[in-house]
Amino acid sequence: MSTSNGSGSGEPRKHTISVLVENRFGVLSRVAGLFSARGYNIESLSVGETLDPAVSRMTLVVTGDEFIIEQVTKQLHKLIDVIKVSDLTDDRHVERELVLIRVNAEPQHRAEILRTVDIFRAKVVDVTPISFILEATGDEGKIEALIELLRPMGIQEIVRTGKVAITRGPKTKAARKVEQPKRPRPVDDPRVVGFAD
Amino acid sequence: MRMSGARMVLECLKREGVDTIFGLPGGAVLPIYDVLYDFEGLRHILVRQEAAAGHAAEGYSRTTGKIGVCLVTSGPAATNLVTALQDAMMDSIPIVAFTGQVPTHLIGNDAFQEADNVGITRPCTKHNFLVKDGKDIGPIIREAFHIASTGRPGPVHIDLPKDVLVKEAEMIWPERVHLRSYNPTVDGHPGQIKRAAKSIVRAKRPVLYVGGGVISADAHAELRELAELTQVPLTQTLMGLGAFPMAHPLSLDMLGMHGSYYANMAVHHSDRLVAVGARFDDRVTGRVDAFAPNAEIIHIDVDPSSISKNIKVDVPIVGDCRRVLAKLVEAVREELKQEVPAAVREARQQWAQQVAEWKRDFPLRYDWSDDVIKPQYVIQELSNLTNGEAFIVTGVGQHQMWAAQYYRFKHPRRWCTSGGLGTMGYGLPTAMGVQAAHPGKLVVNVDGDGSFQMNSQEMATCFTENLPVKTIIINNSGHGMVRQWQRIIYKERYCAIDLPGIPDWVKLAEAYGCVGLRVTKPSEVVPALEKMLATPAPVILDVCVDKDECVFPMVPAGGANTDMILSPPSREKKEQAARAQTGF
Repeated sequence: MSTSNGSGSGEPRKHTISVLVENRFGVLSRVAGLFSARGYNIESLSVGETLDPAVSRMTLVVTGDEFIIEQVTKQLHKLIDVIKVSDLTDDRHVERELVLIRVNAEPQHRAEILRTVDIFRAKVVDVTPISFILEATGDEGKIEALIELLRPMGIQEIVRTGKVAITRGPKTKAARKVEQPKRPRPVDDPRVVGFAD
Repeated sequence: MRMSGARMVLECLKREGVDTIFGLPGGAVLPIYDVLYDFEGLRHILVRQEAAAGHAAEGYSRTTGKIGVCLVTSGPAATNLVTALQDAMMDSIPIVAFTGQVPTHLIGNDAFQEADNVGITRPCTKHNFLVKDGKDIGPIIREAFHIASTGRPGPVHIDLPKDVLVKEAEMIWPERVHLRSYNPTVDGHPGQIKRAAKSIVRAKRPVLYVGGGVISADAHAELRELAELTQVPLTQTLMGLGAFPMAHPLSLDMLGMHGSYYANMAVHHSDRLVAVGARFDDRVTGRVDAFAPNAEIIHIDVDPSSISKNIKVDVPIVGDCRRVLAKLVEAVREELKQEVPAAVREARQQWAQQVAEWKRDFPLRYDWSDDVIKPQYVIQELSNLTNGEAFIVTGVGQHQMWAAQYYRFKHPRRWCTSGGLGTMGYGLPTAMGVQAAHPGKLVVNVDGDGSFQMNSQEMATCFTENLPVKTIIINNSGHGMVRQWQRIIYKERYCAIDLPGIPDWVKLAEAYGCVGLRVTKPSEVVPALEKMLATPAPVILDVCVDKDECVFPMVPAGGANTDMILSPPSREKKEQAARAQTGF
């Protein structure tokens, strides 16, 4: 992928792109294929169902300059199964990622690890005499900071979900109207609390 | 109505207005061929290799504006078809391709003639479908035709497992297609159109640069109106040839790597470049930072992702070329009601003079010879004899560029060439498709001896299906374009380019029941062309030409368009070209 006219293209930076897609066979490979075919790098990708089970939400993190990101969003939009593409980077939004960390827990380090867990509002989800598994959620900065603090103890393994993101504040009226749940759900379902996806 | 999936496929095609399909049967699609046996209202043309079915559908589509349809079986047939799909993808040609698939319960089992068809065609189609249930056939075919023909057109592929074809199901035929995720923009933004009109009217050195989008949107009439109204000189891309009559005084012919000197110079020195239905391909721009460096660029295209992909655009207008041009003409008329500043008028006059000078001083030219046939001469005479009215199809290589340079097109949809993908072997099967769509019309396939061999088996189809395509082989006993690059850029280290007169094309034509002719002297060319044009059967005319002839002008890949080489270069020039060679 050549982008030209270097002037004003800006420095490459990370973008969080939220994509609504038809929940159909092959849609993930269409998106993934687009990235490999055009030489863009996906740093993370997470997919899940929305309130409407016929629609999925993909959250992508991509690094690129202005031109690359413009092409990425245009090319994504060109896919027939893609309903909506929004670049959340410059909008007010909340981002979260979940990480599971298997860390060495020798007796002399256990207290310090637990203190760190406390400070980061993380959880210990598995304990053995020599290791912990920690669970933490947060934005990228928090996750990176936690990992850096734990590194000296000896991290054995890290599993990350990739980022999910949502814009802050209520949705606009029009959008709320469109996003009525398509499938009746029991009112006591905790997932239905008056939010559109 | 309940019917088998196979019958449903054909019924749907008929309802979509399809009259011709190009195909080749095999195990997985036999249920369809069984229905086809006594199905009325569809002509099936049996090709000899599946890629040919795809190319024929492309030819049918490009010259009629309708959707071309092809049908092949699973596995190797589907993989053979891939080249044609990618070709249609790159050139934005609307075709719908059906492939067979192993029964659903065997998918993924490495069954006989199984391939992951939708997985393979995903990146080379606009969209594709795997049908899993017979009741989906109708809606999917509806959607496929809708997607193929709207927005930026392109190929759509439908994969049909055998059990879905055999089982009976209720046929569903939606009256309207609605896809919430697919709504191409057709009307350009009124504010942008106004801005563009202002900019064009006030431009001092404007140029129109038009591509295949004008042809696929049938916008040639609006384009001509705009050009004549504003008196802006106009250059066409390889895909756009025919969008504007080449004999028109405003026409600058083709631009780009093998474009005319005057087109490339005009674009380079322009201060407004109005791109319509073109995508700034690297064969057009050359080195991008040296392409139209001082121009404000206005870009009209139906595909938003084409805008600012290679070149930064100043005034983007997303929409259907025909609708946008019609509105732009209106807006320009409105602008012209105001007095154009004297300085602009004067500058425009100087610009017209400058362009006319380039056109006069550096026309397309070649050296005449009494002894050996110059390929350009053959195309010139073909153009004269057919009065620029024939359907012209080409393979890929030097002959393609000569055909683009020397055939004087008058009308749109008369020119089929593999522009984006550069598929050798494209000529003959595509010409078949054109001929099938236009019985009784003259279809000429200008091909090369290398390119033609890649699909020469289709002579059999031409003969058996009564498709009297006329093929002119510009025979230089080798891969001429490769030879040209090796000569100019790779220091004459000729490697793997010789095709030493094998086979004998006249005998080959005769072996297929067709007519073969051969000429070796310039004086024989016109009589042979006349004989070919008068023959009602498929013909191969083998024209043995000067093998050293090169296509000029030539911009070395990666070079700037102003670095055109106009004639066989000196050693110094060659070294300069080799240094400039940074692209491919």
